[in-house]
Amino acid sequence: MSGNSAVGEAAVLAGCTAYFGYPITPQNELTEHMAKRIVEVPGGVFIQSESEIAAINMVLGASAAGARAMTSSSGPGISLKQEGISYLAADELPAVIVNMMRGGPGMGNISPAQSDYLQATRGGGHGDYRTIVLAPASVQEAADLVYVAFDLADTYRNPVVILGDGMLGQMMEPVTFTTAAPRKEYPKEYVLSGASGRPSRMIRSLLFDTKEEEEHNWKLFRKYQLMEHNEVRYETFLLDDADMAVLAYGIAARIAKGAIKRLRQEGLKVGLIRPITLWPFPMKIIQETAKQLGDFFVFEMSTGQMIEDVKLALEGKGHIHFYGRPGGVIPTPVELSRIIARHCYQSQRSKKR
Amino acid sequence: MLIRTIFSGFGGQGVLSMGYTVANTAMLEGKYVTYLPSYGVEVRGGTANCTVVVSDEEIASPVASDPEFVVVMNQPSFFRFQSILQSGGLICVNSSIVDTSCARGDIEVVVVPTSELAEKLGTIKVANMIMMGAFIKASNIVSFDFLMKHMAEILGEGKAKLTKVNREALQLGFDYVKE
Amino acid sequence: MKTVYCRPKCMKEAHFHYCPGCGHGVITRLIAEVVDEMELRDKTICVAPAGCGMLLYNYFDIDTIESAHGRGAAVATGIKRVRPENLVFSYQGDGDLAAIGTAEGFHAANRGELISVIFVNNGVYGMTGGQMAPTTMLEQVTTTSPAGRDSVLQGHPVKICEVYATLDGTSYLERVAVNKPAAIIKTKKAIAKAFRHQQQKTGFSLVEILSPCPTNWKMSPLDSCRWVDDVMTKVFPLGLIKETKKC
Repeated sequence: MSGNSAVGEAAVLAGCTAYFGYPITPQNELTEHMAKRIVEVPGGVFIQSESEIAAINMVLGASAAGARAMTSSSGPGISLKQEGISYLAADELPAVIVNMMRGGPGMGNISPAQSDYLQATRGGGHGDYRTIVLAPASVQEAADLVYVAFDLADTYRNPVVILGDGMLGQMMEPVTFTTAAPRKEYPKEYVLSGASGRPSRMIRSLLFDTKEEEEHNWKLFRKYQLMEHNEVRYETFLLDDADMAVLAYGIAARIAKGAIKRLRQEGLKVGLIRPITLWPFPMKIIQETAKQLGDFFVFEMSTGQMIEDVKLALEGKGHIHFYGRPGGVIPTPVELSRIIARHCYQSQRSKKR
Repeated sequence: MLIRTIFSGFGGQGVLSMGYTVANTAMLEGKYVTYLPSYGVEVRGGTANCTVVVSDEEIASPVASDPEFVVVMNQPSFFRFQSILQSGGLICVNSSIVDTSCARGDIEVVVVPTSELAEKLGTIKVANMIMMGAFIKASNIVSFDFLMKHMAEILGEGKAKLTKVNREALQLGFDYVKE
Repeated sequence: MKTVYCRPKCMKEAHFHYCPGCGHGVITRLIAEVVDEMELRDKTICVAPAGCGMLLYNYFDIDTIESAHGRGAAVATGIKRVRPENLVFSYQGDGDLAAIGTAEGFHAANRGELISVIFVNNGVYGMTGGQMAPTTMLEQVTTTSPAGRDSVLQGHPVKICEVYATLDGTSYLERVAVNKPAAIIKTKKAIAKAFRHQQQKTGFSLVEILSPCPTNWKMSPLDSCRWVDDVMTKVFPLGLIKETKKC
């Protein structure tokens, strides 16, 4: 199954009943899957909207009406959705937004890239807010993280972004769907259903009173702190005896894993830290690793965005190496292993001196 | 063991379905497998291709920059993909419409006249299945017997009525390639 | 003693903060009266806009959500599709529906979404200080058309009802006004009719209401009411524009 279809199917199984989208490559199979699939679910709603902006605002409406709602797009479309994502965060409404990243900026191209890291992890739209960002590295993980995404969205009443790329969306891999375990029930006391037998409800982010707005901002901030505390996810690979740690996420992490296996055959002790949540970022494991080794190798399919978070985590400690391939270029594990090896030998030499 | 194969040809020659079938077979055999269709600009240029990676362990990248195997159904694909084939690699060529006189010296070329063979079965539509049979024989990438046994499951319900002719085509291609 | 006039049940105990002579207060109250009389408070969900109209959530005692500027029809679509049993209406101004939200409104209408739009047309951006709107009259002076709106440079007033009438998804479109008692009564009837169209699932319904804005028009409330008749209705003729089925 392609990553796009798998994400769509997992969403339906996770109880998503409302999907709104607008065509953009490389995520069209997801919209197409939903067009067929979601209408089979009781109450399932699918609309191909007139724009990305309309789609995210339909998500906002559906979410306010109590549905598990989702939209998906790629770079340029995600930029248009930022307005709505900001409102979702401000209104504290759950939603899942999938971004299958492509080369950018501007129209860019439709090849896989990791160019939207900063946009995704820094909120993306206007205002002081954050979204949880999940970065799967395989089709199976993409499907698994869809369940997680909807649960996190409901738990924190906050938009959750699944950050994939064109390759993850397009590639096919075997995937099994965990048949929906009985879902946790989430309190829905914010849902608009008509003020029947209860006081009327209001969902809004407009707070003219600056004190009120400030308190709202701090309230959101406390929620984000809770997420940072509870929701960090990452994977490590051959890290225990490593002299150098590679940091990469998503498809880049897969490539890095392949490179590391080669390097191990050459006797180079290289390990991997793969952030699964890009926000909240796995700071602690990086800080702990810094006690054990000094060399960190950041690999991204961009000119360097996650590297900023790595620098923040290391607080000036350690030595950071970087290799980036922006614009939709996908380096091979062999190519990457050569680069990492060169950096390894260089830093070994400089240590001897 | 990690094997990367690129299937290529004109859109409509069943190139993607070849790759998809091989990937599906390998998946049901319990291998790690990725299938990556080319999408976007080059598809509009008239050629289609897909990359299938089959492995005994987790696959790092679904992209093949220097594949072990290439299956080629048309001339432009032959030029494009023989150049990236590994030295000592195998290329299966649809010799009905592809001229292989300029093939590299360090690769193994298997020629399959798919159109002529397909005529024996009375339909050109199974040319890709013939090629796949031949490719499996030459590459041993998946078990031919396994594919034949689980044909219906692998090709999906939609193709059920074509199972018989597909089977014949696969066998024809398989037998065409000598050990 | 018989009560002939009181605060509608679905309005909060709050004072209107609209400018003197503004049409919004009248329109807000008319909607509340209709919701009361049709006994729809338990089922109604209101989508509030950006602009002066956004203040309505200080007044309505019904379920309400704010939408981003221009997105009312999209938000209402999302709600209505998930909760088809509810009555969903959006309240939008002219900048909102006829400029920044053109796409959302147009396509919701074209899909025949079973929502009602209360479209308040006062020819200016009110909340931001009286800038030119897509519905501003030719030669009308605003802060961003200080020499008067010039059709060569700034285009013509947009006639939403007439444009939407060409769309097969719309079932009820009427243009009314709130500048005098008789017009106000017609407006109330039109709002009720729009809601009935929604209930009977005939299609997309919209009531365009010509509404005075004395503050930004720089006129007295009385002159504003006259100006609606003397100038606005010449460009925006009142009356039923489209009704596919009697409701």
